[in-house]
Amino acid sequence: MSDRIFGVFGILLAIGFAISALYIEESFLSDAVGPKAFPLIIAAVLGISSAVIAFRPDPEPEWPAIGRLVEIGAAVVVMILYTELLPIAGFVIATAFAAAYLAWRLGSGPVEAVLTGVGTSVGIYVIFHLVLGLSLARGPWGF
Amino acid sequence: METFANLADGFAIALTWQNILLALLGCFLGTIMGALPGLGPSNGVAILIPLAFTLGLGATPSLILLTSVYYGAMYGGRISSILLNIPGDEPAMMTCLDGHPMAKKGLAGEALSLSGIASFVGAFFATWGLIFLAPQLVKIALLFGPAEYFALFALAFMTLGGVSSTNQAKSAFAAALGLGLAMIGVDTQTGVPRFTFGEVHLYDGLDFLVAIVGLFALSEVFIFLEHRHSGSDADETKLKIGKLYPPMSMIKQCTPTMLRTSFLGFLAGVLPGAGASLGSFISYSFEKRLVDKEGTFGKGDPRGVAAPEAGNNAAAGGALVPMLALGVPGSGTTAVLLAVLLALNITPGPLLFTQNPDVVWGLIAALFIANFMLLAMNIPMVGIFTRVLMVPSRILMPIVAMVSFVGIYGISGSTFDLLVMIGFGIMGWVLRKFDVPLVPIILGTLLGNAMENNLRRAITIDNGNWWTLVDSPLAIGLWAVAIVGFILPLIVGARVKAGMRRQGDEEGSIRD
Repeated sequence: MSDRIFGVFGILLAIGFAISALYIEESFLSDAVGPKAFPLIIAAVLGISSAVIAFRPDPEPEWPAIGRLVEIGAAVVVMILYTELLPIAGFVIATAFAAAYLAWRLGSGPVEAVLTGVGTSVGIYVIFHLVLGLSLARGPWGF
Repeated sequence: METFANLADGFAIALTWQNILLALLGCFLGTIMGALPGLGPSNGVAILIPLAFTLGLGATPSLILLTSVYYGAMYGGRISSILLNIPGDEPAMMTCLDGHPMAKKGLAGEALSLSGIASFVGAFFATWGLIFLAPQLVKIALLFGPAEYFALFALAFMTLGGVSSTNQAKSAFAAALGLGLAMIGVDTQTGVPRFTFGEVHLYDGLDFLVAIVGLFALSEVFIFLEHRHSGSDADETKLKIGKLYPPMSMIKQCTPTMLRTSFLGFLAGVLPGAGASLGSFISYSFEKRLVDKEGTFGKGDPRGVAAPEAGNNAAAGGALVPMLALGVPGSGTTAVLLAVLLALNITPGPLLFTQNPDVVWGLIAALFIANFMLLAMNIPMVGIFTRVLMVPSRILMPIVAMVSFVGIYGISGSTFDLLVMIGFGIMGWVLRKFDVPLVPIILGTLLGNAMENNLRRAITIDNGNWWTLVDSPLAIGLWAVAIVGFILPLIVGARVKAGMRRQGDEEGSIRD
């Protein structure tokens, strides 16, 4: 069933791609092929392969239980928050929190998670910023 | 003779202090990446790309670092196969078959050092193969026009799904998805924006490094979150390493095996799309048929350790042949390396050998150096690498995630790219669930624009005649190989895959 849904999604994607390709403006510079033709070929391959996937599905993949899906979703949210906070809180603080969260959710106890978070953050700061000279996002305290 | 002169120049470049240190660092980090269960050469190289860029290295040093990581990861894959019966990556799966039984018999040290020697032999011969075969391939490739190049790209895509995926439709889907992603941005020929949805950040197109790190490294983090590997992966087995050097008789017994499988593995590597997994698989199967008279394979036969290790390391070298000579990678990791080259403004392909001989020959010389370093590192120092296996993934994966973020942020300084990377991470996780191979996506993103440009150029030159694509014997030949490469796996691919699947409960490391 999963593959059938995947295939239908692929077909819709192909149709969407083809429609957006048709809306590409032609420039007065256009060559014999133009900017639309290759995207349309791709859309065709995408559509045909999706149709084959839908009609000849593989065995059902092993989907995680809801709890695990929530886990992954939460990690994604934390990563997005991390990205947004990076310019505000600075690299060291934001990274320590994000790494500690991931360590905790991967099975570390609270103390180990905090140590992993701080260790990762400081370690990367020392290696990438102090040793290699890469500029990382600065926080309110200048590091 | 010219080849040897070029090689000597290469050694002059590779033997600077900086490059030697980079090769050493790459070998060390690569072996660790390869040894850790779940991380293979493609992820290893993907994670370390940002490091190469942030170091501000030039093209040759960056390549030396990353190919050392590549060779190192191919060496390292065997460590967890032998000690834990968990392959670090797919090519190392076959090494579990006899390596782990040897370790259980108390021969872990012998198995490790023997496989190290086999890896060396495989990689050594493959590097020589690269030296002689790549320039020949370049001579043919110099005859290519835009139509032939278009056919060559088609060949790469049609064969890449090949043996590593059982479902050709999913490979085709992945390739089309990658090509579609490459279309995002301003069209280079007409200046018209395509698929940008008015988002200014997308006018330059997607950065394929962002795509690679997201698809390969972040999706791995999600896989770990899903399974929540708690505790050390190595807790369950505390095998003693024992003696570090195999007896001479064992090496003698395995020498013919290593030589034969190096050759086989190299051929498997040169074929686009087949890669190291096929190299180790056919090497093991071939040797089993040829020499396993007493039925000892699978029960700890040293030849069963030597064969796949020589085979997969030879394939790793072989995969560099089409990558350097044609600009078409032969495996997942070489696709990642191709991305690095493109990001460094170097276009692989026949002209690389004439325009940037220092890059090519410096790299080849570095491969030799890395290979000797790896041999030296992997036999006496194997204890250090086995200790790395004790680092639990609950500590390791956050580090992998954060290094990915830092790397991408370090390159672009834009949080938009980080969000795109997270998007690719989710996409990679979902696609891996559906058993859609990720490598064609990367390849599509990488080669899409070049493929389109060649198509448009070919047809423009011939005044709009599409038949020009099949107008020369070379182009027809390439299309024929492409079609055979697409159809053949439908017949034999399932059997190869089933053979590999039988070997264990490998959980979806990225294929090489």
